[in-house]
Amino acid sequence: MRNNKTFFANIDWSLVFIYLLMLLFGWLNIYAANYDEGAMNLITMDAEPGKQLFWIATSCVWIFFILLLDGKFYTTFSYLIYAFMILLLIGVLIIGKEIGGAKSWYDLGSFSMQPSEFAKVGVLLALSKYLSKLNLNLTKLETQLRALAILSFPILLIMLQPDAGSAIVFASLFLVLFREGVPSVYLTIIGLAITLFIITLKFEILTASIITTIVAILFAVLLKKGRNSIKPAIISLVLGLGFVQSVGYLYNDILRPHQRSRIDLILGKIDDIHGAGYNLHQSKIAIGSGGFTGKGFLDGTQTKFNFVPEQSTDFIFCTIGEEWGFIGSLITIGLFLALLFRLIILAERQRSTFSRVYGYGVATILFCHFFINIAMTIGIMPVIGIPLPFFSYGGSSLWGFSILLFIFIKLDAYRMDILR
Amino acid sequence: MSRNKFADRRLFFYFLFGGSGLLLLITLFGIQVINDSYKISAENNVIKAVTIYPERGYVYDREGVLLVTNQRAYDLMVTPRQIKHLDTLALCEIISVDQEHFNKYLKRAKRYSSRKASLFLKEISKQTAAQLQERLYEFPGFYLQERTMRQYPESSAAHILGYVSQVPDYILKKDNYYKRNDNYGISGVESSYEKDLRGVQGTQYLIRDVWNRPKGSFANGEYDSLAVNGKDIELSIDIQLQKYAEQLMLNKKGSIVAIEPATGEILSLVSSPFYDPNLLVGRSRSPNFNKMYVDEEKPLFDRSLLAEYPPGSTFKLVNALIGLQEDVIYKGTKFSCDEGWRFSAKLKIGCHAHRSPLNLIESIEQSCNAYYCNTFRRIVEKYPTAAEGYDNWRNHVLSFGLGNFLNNDLYNGRKGRVPTVDFYNRQYGKRAWKAPTVISLAIGQDALVVSPIQMANMCVAIANRGHYYTPHIVRKVDGVPLNDSTYSVPKYTSIDEKHFNTVINGMERVFTGKHGTAKTARLKGIEICGKTGTAENPHGDDHSIFIAFAPKENPQIALAVYVENGGWGSTWAAPIASLMIERYLTGKISNTKQEAFILNGNLMNTEDAE
Repeated sequence: MRNNKTFFANIDWSLVFIYLLMLLFGWLNIYAANYDEGAMNLITMDAEPGKQLFWIATSCVWIFFILLLDGKFYTTFSYLIYAFMILLLIGVLIIGKEIGGAKSWYDLGSFSMQPSEFAKVGVLLALSKYLSKLNLNLTKLETQLRALAILSFPILLIMLQPDAGSAIVFASLFLVLFREGVPSVYLTIIGLAITLFIITLKFEILTASIITTIVAILFAVLLKKGRNSIKPAIISLVLGLGFVQSVGYLYNDILRPHQRSRIDLILGKIDDIHGAGYNLHQSKIAIGSGGFTGKGFLDGTQTKFNFVPEQSTDFIFCTIGEEWGFIGSLITIGLFLALLFRLIILAERQRSTFSRVYGYGVATILFCHFFINIAMTIGIMPVIGIPLPFFSYGGSSLWGFSILLFIFIKLDAYRMDILR
Repeated sequence: MSRNKFADRRLFFYFLFGGSGLLLLITLFGIQVINDSYKISAENNVIKAVTIYPERGYVYDREGVLLVTNQRAYDLMVTPRQIKHLDTLALCEIISVDQEHFNKYLKRAKRYSSRKASLFLKEISKQTAAQLQERLYEFPGFYLQERTMRQYPESSAAHILGYVSQVPDYILKKDNYYKRNDNYGISGVESSYEKDLRGVQGTQYLIRDVWNRPKGSFANGEYDSLAVNGKDIELSIDIQLQKYAEQLMLNKKGSIVAIEPATGEILSLVSSPFYDPNLLVGRSRSPNFNKMYVDEEKPLFDRSLLAEYPPGSTFKLVNALIGLQEDVIYKGTKFSCDEGWRFSAKLKIGCHAHRSPLNLIESIEQSCNAYYCNTFRRIVEKYPTAAEGYDNWRNHVLSFGLGNFLNNDLYNGRKGRVPTVDFYNRQYGKRAWKAPTVISLAIGQDALVVSPIQMANMCVAIANRGHYYTPHIVRKVDGVPLNDSTYSVPKYTSIDEKHFNTVINGMERVFTGKHGTAKTARLKGIEICGKTGTAENPHGDDHSIFIAFAPKENPQIALAVYVENGGWGSTWAAPIASLMIERYLTGKISNTKQEAFILNGNLMNTEDAE
């Protein structure tokens, strides 16, 4: 039997290879962000590069166990793992350590642990388990609601911390439902809602209403299938206009002031490079000053001298951009695209729905982090504090992402042993 | 496998991932490769150029007495962001600034930058700085930066030395050496030798972090430059003589210019009223300057270089020399004088009562007007037309350095005016004027005006028997004697050397002659030659003029004294000249009674009729 062979059998080495390259490149940049001429040795447990080495080593221990366990383990215990993660998310609200106004961390003495980074694994496992049920029909509202409930529960708990970034990441798992057969009209509505939201904030209500009306009429004319198309067109127009009117409420009453100012910055409604826009301004300077080839390893000045905040965690891409230039951007984005495409290809070759859903989930979560993180450093997205997977400094996120990825690698290696 | 009918939806993921990746790459290409502004911003972030200020050069007199030095001063700097719990009232009290100005300065600093330090109040005195230093910890965000400002130990020669202020805007615009708030010589030697005195600023490029903490030098100091201190300058001024001259001119308006004939070096250059140069230093400069600027007596106006006066009777010497050179008179020529020179019923130049006729030497001794009217007429009428004769006369006059800038190293100057043929053509019409028309030129009146330094230089040319050196005020720069042909090559007058002794003998008789116009100012043991002058002043009392040099052979000093509203040349100017000469040649004064008369003399109450 195949599973009697060593546990390295059937492993997709290309994913492992990409993973290792990312760890290496990420670590080099964490080292550079902390580097200061004539300063102390950085490879100690007192410095981030040294600690990150420890996190990398311990991740390997996790990976070893993940590959060692039977592939069936994950399907069998997925709901149990989900329940445990939910408990952790509830617990952090009670005994968590408050950092920067959010209760997102467990204080474990010399270390801190962020449960939301691990909860991704539990939620994705539960979602995969549920969607792999025989004869599940995702066009039925009840099924849709059950699947949404699995996602919504942890999202709610995370919103209570509050940690908007992680919540958005969990919400992105909706894309997996789409792959599994949720009608595309949902995705269209979500897409339209986001577009309308941005247009309304950028151009004020009146302009947005006019644009909505024009677009609705155009669609009604273009997609004319007879007279019965007029009614739905009018309904969607009314809904659209209603949404436009409520954007102000969403924006002013749901979002918090710092989130509003971050959105205003991106939309160019405020320009304040010394206040709210300082971080983004400095981040762009650091990345932009890298040029095509970069300033060279350890030769960056903007990140090294702390002009950029969080330069080894959420803003690690600034160091890459400054010291490695556009070449570094190409390498980073190239590695991520290779990883994501490979994940989709592998997910599609799975025999079991469980493995396929899980694969898509991993790809979606990694994509969400990758895109939002880099986009915020260059001003495409508002600043949302989530790490760049495998690059950013931090034990919880590195462990979480490694576990997430290698469970899929294990599932993929195990695919031949599953009948369906 | 039932739901694998949605396998096509994988394409959505490919497009989403690929499209997003492409969007990031395009944006990054724009920021990193196309747009250069971020690179400049990055450099502005980290590279800080620190100016290293050189020490401005010292100024000495010809004996090595220190005239200009530097004193420590402090600029109060502020970094607005670092200000915490500011006790505005306490700070205002220490630096004696009112609340309104305080807010203005702070606003100015904030406008410049809230993160970077900028000037709050400049040139605080040592005493205030010491007080502030003790309590500076109470005012976070403020600190003192040392700088230098000028100091004038002798409190003298303000017009010569000039003053230093912050660089004016028009200089900032055209000379990129200067930065805002740099020092700059505004007038006097400080201005004309600015480039030597200022030295060269050095620059140190430092890398700094976001908290403005230095993080070492940029590129290992490859682009740094050291400051080079300013060069010291030695003036030709004798500060003891200068101060004595200032004492003599106290409470009088006018000027004294003394020159060493053998070199053209200016020994003293006094314009009165004068002021203490220390008044134009530091924070008190501005109010003091404004006060003097509106003063009716115009203490800031340098009369020795800028005032233009008629030379009066002193100019008779030049006409005598031209007459001799043109062979229209000789030593024994006599002209009669009937209390003046009459040309017609309308045209008459009066003269004081004296024996008649007089020869040339006697005419100088007694300053006879008629003698020079006749001489001048002969000079001009030697030629077929008045214009030709006049032009010839004018060229002789110009050769004495009158009517031109002299092109020297002084900050200021005036050309004066020796009227041209065209000038009179315009005034009277072509060929409508003759020698009698402009006969006042014979006695140094009419449209002829000269500055005191030109008058002193004219005296040098006579003392040297026909040549002068361009008068100048600097002897050495950085210990090296000035090597400039402008000052070392003699300029010759158009008068032959042989003619001078006659005139000089006449000048000696001014002191020694029975009827000498300055016989009361004569000196024992010093052969002194001079000539009085009295310039008509339509606005009030006549100006008292005197030029003199001594000793007669191998002269050491030549000078011109001009006392506004002083009346006869012999009353004020002549005694001042002889006191100056005695003081310079012997170091003491024999006629203390005369000295006391001059020192106590006050002509400032004489109101101009203007």
